[in-house]
Amino acid sequence: MSSFWSTWITVLTLGTLVGCYLLLRWCLKNFAGVPEGESMGHEFDGIEELNNPLPKWWSNFFLVTIVWGFGYLALYPGLGNWEGLLGWKSSNQDVTSLSDSKAQVAAAKAAGLHVQYDREVARADERFGPIFAEFAKQDVEALSKNEDALKIGQRLFLQNCSQCHGSDAKGTTGFPNLVDNDWLYGDDGATIEQTILHGRVGRGMIGWQTMVGGEEGVKEVAAYVLSLNPVRAAKKRATLAAEDKASNSDKATKAHASTVAKGEAKFAMCAACHGADAKGSAAMGLPLGAPNLTDNVWLYGGSERAVQQSIRNGRSGVMPAWKGILGEDKVRVISAYVYSLSNQD
Amino acid sequence: MSQSNLTEIDYNYNVVRQFTVMTVIWGIVGTLVGVLIAAQLIWPALNFDTPWLTYSRLRPLHTNAVIFAFGTSALFATSYYVVQRTCKTALFGGKLVAFTFWGWQAVILSAVVTLPLGLTSSKEYAELEWPIDILLAVVWISYAIVFFGTLLKRKTSHIYVANWFFGGFILTVAVLHIGNSMVIPLTLTKSYSLYPGAIDAMMQWWYGHNAVGFLLTAGFLGMMYYFVPKQAERPVYSYRLSIVHFWALVSLYIWAGPHHLHYTALPDWTQSVGMVMSIVLFLPSWGGMINGIMTLSGAWHKLRYDPILRFLIVSLSFYGMSTFEGPMMAIKSVNALSHYTDWTVGHVHSGALGWVAMVSIGAMYHLIPVLFNQGRMYSIKLINVHFWLHTTGIVLYIVAMWISGVMQGLMWRAVNTDGTLTYSFVESLQASYPFYIIRFLGGVLVVTGFLLMAYNMFKTIGAKDGSLEKEAIAA
Repeated sequence: MSSFWSTWITVLTLGTLVGCYLLLRWCLKNFAGVPEGESMGHEFDGIEELNNPLPKWWSNFFLVTIVWGFGYLALYPGLGNWEGLLGWKSSNQDVTSLSDSKAQVAAAKAAGLHVQYDREVARADERFGPIFAEFAKQDVEALSKNEDALKIGQRLFLQNCSQCHGSDAKGTTGFPNLVDNDWLYGDDGATIEQTILHGRVGRGMIGWQTMVGGEEGVKEVAAYVLSLNPVRAAKKRATLAAEDKASNSDKATKAHASTVAKGEAKFAMCAACHGADAKGSAAMGLPLGAPNLTDNVWLYGGSERAVQQSIRNGRSGVMPAWKGILGEDKVRVISAYVYSLSNQD
Repeated sequence: MSQSNLTEIDYNYNVVRQFTVMTVIWGIVGTLVGVLIAAQLIWPALNFDTPWLTYSRLRPLHTNAVIFAFGTSALFATSYYVVQRTCKTALFGGKLVAFTFWGWQAVILSAVVTLPLGLTSSKEYAELEWPIDILLAVVWISYAIVFFGTLLKRKTSHIYVANWFFGGFILTVAVLHIGNSMVIPLTLTKSYSLYPGAIDAMMQWWYGHNAVGFLLTAGFLGMMYYFVPKQAERPVYSYRLSIVHFWALVSLYIWAGPHHLHYTALPDWTQSVGMVMSIVLFLPSWGGMINGIMTLSGAWHKLRYDPILRFLIVSLSFYGMSTFEGPMMAIKSVNALSHYTDWTVGHVHSGALGWVAMVSIGAMYHLIPVLFNQGRMYSIKLINVHFWLHTTGIVLYIVAMWISGVMQGLMWRAVNTDGTLTYSFVESLQASYPFYIIRFLGGVLVVTGFLLMAYNMFKTIGAKDGSLEKEAIAA
């Protein structure tokens, strides 16, 4: 900060403490003009005030805290730009970016500065780093058989992943279920590890409303997609049959079949990522993250409304990258835990 | 001196009566909402799947109701009463006086409507959106004009110590409210803070902590300085102590806000200064407790039969306890354990239920008979029952929160030999359930006490003029 503000802070801070000290000294003396222990001589609605001295223990204790205050402000940063005699900092100050932060950590280390956060991280790395380095010697599949690694992996998962994927890893709308052995990017350990290390951004599913021919097109494609799914298709057939029975005709079933056929024609656009059989990009060995649409696993819901919404406006899920936060070794252990969830013996 | 008992001065008691009655009513509303959200923490289904009853919307309603509806109505009532009686002059301001009552009730009703609707600035204790903030500022400035106007036309040579505290609190709250509420309005119901990032956080806690320091501490010390000596019929213990603790308290409190932001993006220097001032504040805070409790010298026996005095003195004990706890929690290494846990919630409630509510309740029980021409409250026995319900409720509440708070802090920092955290958040939540139930029970006792108080109050108001006579006490 500028020297003006630094001075401003210092003067006000010290001024307040010195002011308290002078106030205390003044009130320790009997300036009231009446003997101690007697009434001040004024009265307010019948209330009088006595001129008793300040309790000794109280004024001494007050004095001690003031002196302590000066001491603390000499040792630690507080008075504007004064860094304190100990050179202590809680963390690197005025950091504006990750690279800036890394540069400051290195600089503080080189200068031997007492940056508490950096020291704690360094101490933890030194102590716990070897444990994880040992685990990281095995690949994800092998590690998923290691009971100790799985216990640690579960704890890391609960602290870092459960916020989105749930404590039971079963996910929720928009956040994949990790125990159902249905994978957007592939089911091998290395792929899972890649996902956690570098994150994933679902960019492919843009809003298709215009391309499929407006709101009608959205409904047609959705109807087709849902017809691919045995469970949903069976449900739909039952509803249509009921409608036809009520109207004593086969209008509903016919109309729907025509909608599905129109949707099928338009699905060619979707097949690029989801595959002609709609079994998803992973089945084709492509790292696109386009889900299998035939398996009744729905990331954003499998109702007509939810599927239409996905087609109309698109979906974009984001899995953050954990490499910079947890480091590669810990990610290996978490990967093993996640792998183990759908590969139980 | 007998002059003080002259009733020739035409004091404005009407506004005092209005605020007194509303204090009790808002006390019930505020604590009832508190009990509901305490219950929601145990049985989440109690939001009945309606957005208006969710915890996130009712919690600010609870805090606004107890601080600004209950607490501040009590401050309005007592400051208007005390400033007239100790200055020997009626309130200044004419129609402005009535405006402060109706304007303040309008602010509260707006809060009762807008907060459950989800309209919020999202600043703690300053959630109200900008149009209500403006109304609040106008009412508050009117309050200042009435109060300081009355001080200026006083018929006494000195200004009584209670009025220093009332004056200090009125002035500072105006500055805090206006400073922290500076926003850029977007629509009638949405605005954005004028301050960026960490500066906004600092402004918020400069406001937030001094809402505690000036409204909930200095204001209620003003109340204490009148009602304790009055109820005990004893002189104030030490004039000089009141000088040193008043000036030290007001000049130190204003610095203490940063201790709410330890270990955040706030610069180190700000955190250090906040912590130092918070600790130096400890003794000046205790000055008020000593002065209040020592005022009882020679009148301790009155505690045996006067439940009103008991309310007032126990409030001072809770005040002393929480003003010791506060500076301790402001120490960074203690804060590392206590922050974000239920300990903070317990601390706040030992101040709010123990200090603020008890001193207000005591003052109200003293005031109600005076204002409605009676010698005493309708039932002294019920005051006593209220005292025990309230005290037991607080003890259950804060002990439960201490235990769960310290437990949460310890669980969150527990580390395995591999460096990973031992517990996940949800495990600490599960462990807290028994304490949430105890807290809920404590809250129920407090609300029950308030309901008894309301019954007692309306019985006193409804009784024939002068029919409730002061009981002769066998000493």
